[in-house]
Amino acid sequence: MLIKKYKRLDQSAFFLMALPGVLLLIVFNYLPMFGAIIAFKDYSPQEGILNSPWVGFKNFEFLFNSGNAIRITFNTVFLNICFIVSSTIGALILALCLNEVQKKSSWLAQLYQTLLFIPYFISYVVVAYLVFALLSSENGAVNQILRSANVKTVNWYAEPQWWPLLLTIVNQWKWVGFGTILYLAGLINIDTTYYEAASLEGASSLQTLWFITFPLLSPLITINILLQIGRIFFADFGLFYNVTRDSALLYPTTDVIDTFVFRALRTLGDFGMAGAAGLYQSLAGFIVVVIANWIVRRKDPERALF
Amino acid sequence: MRKTKLSYSYVAINIFLIFVCLAAIVPLFLIVSASFTDDIALTLQGYSLIPSKPSLSAYEFILGDPQQLIYSYLVSIVVAFGGAFTSLIVISLLAYPMSRPEFKYRNALSLFVFFTMLFNGGIVASYIINTRYLGLSNSIFALILPYLVIPFYVLLLRTYFLGIPRELTEAARIDGANEWMIFIKIILPLSTSALATIGLFSLLLYWNDYYLALLYVDNPTITPLQLLLFRILNNITYLTTNPNVSSGVSNVARAPVESARMALAVLATGPMVFVFLLFQRFFVRGITMGSVKG
Repeated sequence: MLIKKYKRLDQSAFFLMALPGVLLLIVFNYLPMFGAIIAFKDYSPQEGILNSPWVGFKNFEFLFNSGNAIRITFNTVFLNICFIVSSTIGALILALCLNEVQKKSSWLAQLYQTLLFIPYFISYVVVAYLVFALLSSENGAVNQILRSANVKTVNWYAEPQWWPLLLTIVNQWKWVGFGTILYLAGLINIDTTYYEAASLEGASSLQTLWFITFPLLSPLITINILLQIGRIFFADFGLFYNVTRDSALLYPTTDVIDTFVFRALRTLGDFGMAGAAGLYQSLAGFIVVVIANWIVRRKDPERALF
Repeated sequence: MRKTKLSYSYVAINIFLIFVCLAAIVPLFLIVSASFTDDIALTLQGYSLIPSKPSLSAYEFILGDPQQLIYSYLVSIVVAFGGAFTSLIVISLLAYPMSRPEFKYRNALSLFVFFTMLFNGGIVASYIINTRYLGLSNSIFALILPYLVIPFYVLLLRTYFLGIPRELTEAARIDGANEWMIFIKIILPLSTSALATIGLFSLLLYWNDYYLALLYVDNPTITPLQLLLFRILNNITYLTTNPNVSSGVSNVARAPVESARMALAVLATGPMVFVFLLFQRFFVRGITMGSVKG
């Protein structure tokens, strides 16, 4: 009897503990899921979400017929692919280098790692400042160098063709330290007996890299890439909105779903179309993350999200 | 023979790494240098790594009337530290029942938390709910509440709690401890490093965020640092037309606008970047904790 009473008390303690978090998730995560029905409504602030009239798929028709959907989807997915490829390769190379340095001098490796990690702590607002200092058309550092080399200067914030490359570089700058730390940890975890055996067999360092390091690191690499692919429909708002300074001339190559939704919402006040684009993103993102997770699960169930 | 070959490649690797590290930090020096450059020289000669004409006028200008900067610092400190601390409490309270086999509904609770990572209602619905129904426009709570429960951190912490030996909690129960006592007296003290890690990630998230402020805040008195910087970069006159900043400046044209922006960036972000770097080992642990098995 007494034990049972304790049990019920414990169960209620569990409920009480979870309560604040559960309430916050309901209000800030689950309510918006139901609120997403505004994508099918002609939202007016006076009527609210529930009372605004239904309009079926009109918002989606508008979004897709205007050509916006194709452009922002392409930009989002294409640039995310550029980011995934460049950051994976960059982080792997740096991790391999750091691993070599670490064998001889751990403080030097630590110093390199710290310097590489600094950009991770810089907010995108400040990143936009330093990109502006580099690319400002009048007195930016890059144009000065071009001028002194007698090369024609570029009006960076007006010429969209440069920006897939520029954004990839900025993304690389900010995130490569993060990826390096990740892969370095993976490298350190590799059992040294593999390397000892390889060196006994007379393997060259390239052979060791190709036949030992990569195969043993590949689960980590694969899963990391898959996790990033799961987010392929979501762009880093700070990068795309801030670093481009929301320059309308750059939209052809830099407008992504997140910036489009933000502008439709805050600048145009077009709740219907913003909602439609947002729901389209959520659904596409949901499908991709489920597929990516299914693949992770088949490769390594412990790393799967669910 | 073999030895010299090895050391050649070692030197090459170091040269490469030095080059990459310079690329990582040199752009930051560009901002610092610009903030110490005379504004007219900056406009005429442009940004460079060494100030073309050293000057403290940008700092004098900002510190001469620091009201908005102080406001923004206060807002950022309250939001970031208050938010991270509250977040830790909420997250650990949520993760604990998920880690206890004794809790009947732990799987349902885990699914409830986890599903929010897969699907979200989008920013438009959140915006309408927060502004129209919750009245969070121009409220400091709009900057704190949405980031209190980050599902990924909850799952990380749950995994960490699951790693704490069952014998400890079993023994405590036999001694008559209830779940609150087990949580406070056993689980939390054994999880300090995991809590510090998650707390620091949360602090970084709050400190560097300007998205929520951009969505919900117009009022200068609750404008956090990042939003202040954002406004000044996009509207060069914000610094001088904002009554909080420009009062006392009679001649707008004389304000060192360009270098003052950079000085503000240095003042607003420099100190916190150092703090984060001091605690970087926690971030390193967090990155590997979430990603490397075993």
